[in-house]
Amino acid sequence: MGIEIRGINKFFGDFVALEDINLSIPSGQLTALLGPSGGGKSTLLRIIAGLESSDSGTVEIEGVDTTNVPAQKRNVGFVFQHYAAFKHMTVAKNIAFGLEIRKRPKQEVKDRVQELLKLVHLEQWSDRLPSQLSGGQRQRMALARALAIEPSVLLLDEPFGALDAKVRKELRDWLRRLHDEVHVTTVFVTHDQEEALEVSDSLVVINEGRIEQIGSPDDLYDRPASDFVLSFLGPVTRLGDHLIRPHDIEISRYEQAATATGKISRWTRVGFEIRLEVTPDDTLHPDPIQVVVTRAEATALGLHDGDQVWLRPQAGVEPVRG
Amino acid sequence: MPSRIRQPKTAGTYVRRGLVITYLFLLVAWPVSLVVKHTFDGGLDNLQTALSDPDVVFALQLTVYVAVWAVVINTVFGVGVSLLLVRYNFPGRGILSALIDLPLSVSPIVVGLALLLTYGSTNGLLGPSLKDAGIQVAFAPLGIILATAFVSLPLVIRELVPVLHEIGTDQEQAARSLGAGPWQTFRRITLPSVKWALVYGVVLSLARSLGEFGAVKIMSGNIAGQTQTATLSVEEKYQDFQQGTAYATSFLLALIAVAALVVVSVLRPKESPDGD
Repeated sequence: MGIEIRGINKFFGDFVALEDINLSIPSGQLTALLGPSGGGKSTLLRIIAGLESSDSGTVEIEGVDTTNVPAQKRNVGFVFQHYAAFKHMTVAKNIAFGLEIRKRPKQEVKDRVQELLKLVHLEQWSDRLPSQLSGGQRQRMALARALAIEPSVLLLDEPFGALDAKVRKELRDWLRRLHDEVHVTTVFVTHDQEEALEVSDSLVVINEGRIEQIGSPDDLYDRPASDFVLSFLGPVTRLGDHLIRPHDIEISRYEQAATATGKISRWTRVGFEIRLEVTPDDTLHPDPIQVVVTRAEATALGLHDGDQVWLRPQAGVEPVRG
Repeated sequence: MPSRIRQPKTAGTYVRRGLVITYLFLLVAWPVSLVVKHTFDGGLDNLQTALSDPDVVFALQLTVYVAVWAVVINTVFGVGVSLLLVRYNFPGRGILSALIDLPLSVSPIVVGLALLLTYGSTNGLLGPSLKDAGIQVAFAPLGIILATAFVSLPLVIRELVPVLHEIGTDQEQAARSLGAGPWQTFRRITLPSVKWALVYGVVLSLARSLGEFGAVKIMSGNIAGQTQTATLSVEEKYQDFQQGTAYATSFLLALIAVAALVVVSVLRPKESPDGD
């Protein structure tokens, strides 16, 4: 059940947008499609919604083969990056749209719209036009509009991509809580790994039209299947023969058994953390090594810009791959 | 987003304004106002004379009839072609887009001749067979409608195309995902979004249709009381030394067109500061 995707291929001319995609998305979960721009994740989402057709392969939603079902009959809620608000309709009318198309009784539509306005905290705004709302409010309205039709799956295409950082964060938390409340099978596309790790139950990493890895946020972060997944989920740096996360490096001012040694050549403080660049003395490392420590650690270790330091992976951390 | 430049007014500002106003006055306002002035030279006499001439009354009625039909045809056709041009990619799209502008660039006389060659009832390509089927095109109202529709064809399309581009397909796709079929999407989403562009295109089309002369002159045969439209009647009366009637008819023609433009600009909502 949920969404079953089998053997999906999609070409735009010579460009391979999706190549032999097989994916099973379980019911009731929040799944993120994560990957760089142009990697095919939005195309996959639009194929699930029926807004785009695949060149081969099948899509099943809740056990029904929808491959040849037009978008308007799939009962799929879709939320667009740029809201796609109906500009000439009030917020309430926007939300009521899907229900009016389905010719539900007036009173039922009214009650349902009230319920949804409450759910997305827009009760005060029901008679406004979308142009009178902020970006975050518009996207909440779009979400309510998609939920109004009680969709079998909810699809969100970079839903917070057009919002500023603070509103993004708020909406992200809110989406997670909403999902815990509504429990509709949800798939959302994002290129922001933090957003994906924080919100989703499971992650699908897509790059260059192929699935790189599927798993829980922990799986992907701790056991990435490829260098691509490793580097896409967070910053990495090369220490010796291995790629490692900058915060998994032990740094010391005193000589000790080390993978690399060199001078701190750059010191950037960002909030509570300090990002260091160490230029190694040996020629094994062509690039500077990135190290991240907290401010407290830096003070405890007595680190200063320009110090000679010794670096090695922290105990218990397995450098992922060579 | 502000589209106006805000800066302190200098002497140059007033010189530039003066130039524009003088230009518009000499080219448009003054000549047109002279028509009005001559119409009312002897009080309402000219208008009364004109409106008591059955040929003039017939010509005005025919003009309105023809213009309304031409506008209806151009609206339906224009909306269809605009959607085709903007929403679909097909071979020959560029050529079609260029062809749409042809009626604006070709002299209406040429349009008239071309239509006559096609629909003329004796020598035309399609004319004789249509006549056998009982349909008279050339030298009949149908032919006049055809000529008028041809000439004003691009106006609705040229208003709609940029707006359709601007609104994009997001709203239409959202409507589809919410269960709306193609017709519902068109009626509830696309049409309301382009409403004002369409109204404006229709008004421009109407104004252009009311004033068409060259193509109609050739296609209609210009028979007073039968196929003579208002513009043709103005020319005839003017050459017949009935200038008063010619001015009065001109005045009425201009009045309808101006009234339509005024009504639209009053109805049209102010550009909202936050368009998206």
